[in-house]
Amino acid sequence: MASKNININLKIWRQKNANAKGNMETYKLDNVSTDSSFLEMLDQLNEQLINERKEPIAFDHDCREGICGMCSLYINGEAHGPDRAVTTCQLHMRKFKDGETIYVEPWRAKAFPVIKDLVVDRSAFDRIQQAGGFVSVNTSGRTMDANAIPIPKHDADKAFEAAACIGCGACVASCVNASAMLFVSAKVSQLALLPQGKVEARDRVLNMVRTMDEEGFGNCTNTGACAVECPKEISLDNIARMNREFLKAAITSEA
Amino acid sequence: MALTGLFLCTFLIGHLLGNLQLFAGGEEGKRAFNEYGYFMSHNIFIKVLSYTTYISILFHAIDGFLLAFQNKKARPVNYAYSKPSANSGLASRSMALLGSIILIFICTHMANFWWKAKYSSTPMPLHRVEVSAPGSEQKQSLYLTTTGSFLPTEGLVIKHGTQIYAPEVNLKVGEGYKDLHSLTVAFFGHDKSEEGFPANEFALLAVVLYSLAMLTLSFHLWHGFSSAFQSLGVRHPKYTPFIQMVGKGFAVLVPLGFASIPIFLYFTR
Ligand code: HEM
Ligand code: SF4
Ligand code: FES
Repeated sequence: MASKNININLKIWRQKNANAKGNMETYKLDNVSTDSSFLEMLDQLNEQLINERKEPIAFDHDCREGICGMCSLYINGEAHGPDRAVTTCQLHMRKFKDGETIYVEPWRAKAFPVIKDLVVDRSAFDRIQQAGGFVSVNTSGRTMDANAIPIPKHDADKAFEAAACIGCGACVASCVNASAMLFVSAKVSQLALLPQGKVEARDRVLNMVRTMDEEGFGNCTNTGACAVECPKEISLDNIARMNREFLKAAITSEA
Repeated sequence: MALTGLFLCTFLIGHLLGNLQLFAGGEEGKRAFNEYGYFMSHNIFIKVLSYTTYISILFHAIDGFLLAFQNKKARPVNYAYSKPSANSGLASRSMALLGSIILIFICTHMANFWWKAKYSSTPMPLHRVEVSAPGSEQKQSLYLTTTGSFLPTEGLVIKHGTQIYAPEVNLKVGEGYKDLHSLTVAFFGHDKSEEGFPANEFALLAVVLYSLAMLTLSFHLWHGFSSAFQSLGVRHPKYTPFIQMVGKGFAVLVPLGFASIPIFLYFTR
């Protein structure tokens, strides 16, 4: 595709700090290459702001190749923008038209408070992960090689698909209920599908779901928005699997 | 949520099958429907089932409001611009609103039929038939009793809703059927009074509102039916497409079946 340059208008959420009241600011940015990524476009805007001696816009990013899960952004009403199966860092400006007005907002959820501008605190995900997203391993010196454990190919594939979740939070951002079910179910499934995960299976799902609720995420009503917007195409199968794991654990738990 | 929702779906099937009897007209249809109504209010198994239904509606509604309330709180600041239509269906995002409308409908529906049939201060007229003696033009009005015999309407009094008494001796001589058939026909029929039930001057409004309520129910089930299976963890590449298909069919056919009855009554009675 031939590259060209477009001029765009941006409406971007600006907020000084966690306690400040934010608002949408309007910016004009000319000569944006359609080959640039969305984050490169924001870099260009920040350069312009710095030259104008204005505060650059804070946004999260790290790998810029769709693997770390740091980038976020609610772009034109959708998490990670209008494209499918990509993160914001993989989103190209060719998805936008010349003269278009683009809305850029942070993830909106009680459990993801804004720190500054477009940066939100996603440590709630870390705390959910710490509540059960691990397996016990033998550290006596005779640790078994994971490859020595036979696992059906089908299960291994499903576990791998679940493990592709990068913890970006797009599922929460796009859900009307700000529910974290897709993320938590991916983390639960990844381990529930493998023999290594069986030891903690019951406590894992109970503790992770409890932490999810305590962190203030909403309740899943199966709208399916998360799976559509997820850059890693995590499937709703995982939510059903977590529901099964949860029912099983809740019925058989002693407390 | 899922369990009460699915239970209510089975309730809908039973209720619809009962209501469809209203398509049968004439003395036969009236008698069959009123006998069915008597059975529904006198069978211990049905009693248990109906209390389970009341409790299910209550739990389902309370649980639904609680979820909706918590979900509102989970996003205190909304997006300036959001495009949810890009990733999800309208029905799935409006379950609480749809449910609230259904709840209002259930209340008015019960006030119009259940309350009138059960607790109204003016006793329900009983099932009557008009017969004329052979070779005579003279019509006589008779009560049909639950034993299948007939009693004259003149000279007897009704106590406790359906008990037929001989006034002088204060002796129970039989039990009649509440005329639920005529109640319904008078309610939805086009300017039609029935057997002691006055014509409903708002019949058209009643038919329209009833149909809109069924449309609401349709949207609720369009998402709700298959959603309940997902909530219970029932998801499988072999069966889920089937469940979703049945769900869509259920969501269209069941409310359509319900709505067809008042529409039929309005235009034919
Ligand atoms: C005959 C009437 C009704 C039927 C058959 C019905 C059926 C269902 C079903 C099958 C679900 C899906 C459950 C799930 O996904 O786990 C559902 C969800 C829901 N219902 Fe109803 N419902 C009825 C009435 C009501 C009423 C009166 C309310 C009152 C507020 C209500 C509120 C809700 C809400 C908020 C949900 C979404 C929660 C969720 O998806 O988990 N419903 N309903
Ligand atoms: S499930 Fe998808 S959208 Fe949610 S955190 Fe994981 S990768 Fe991001
Ligand atoms: S910056 Fe790493 S996924 Fe986008």
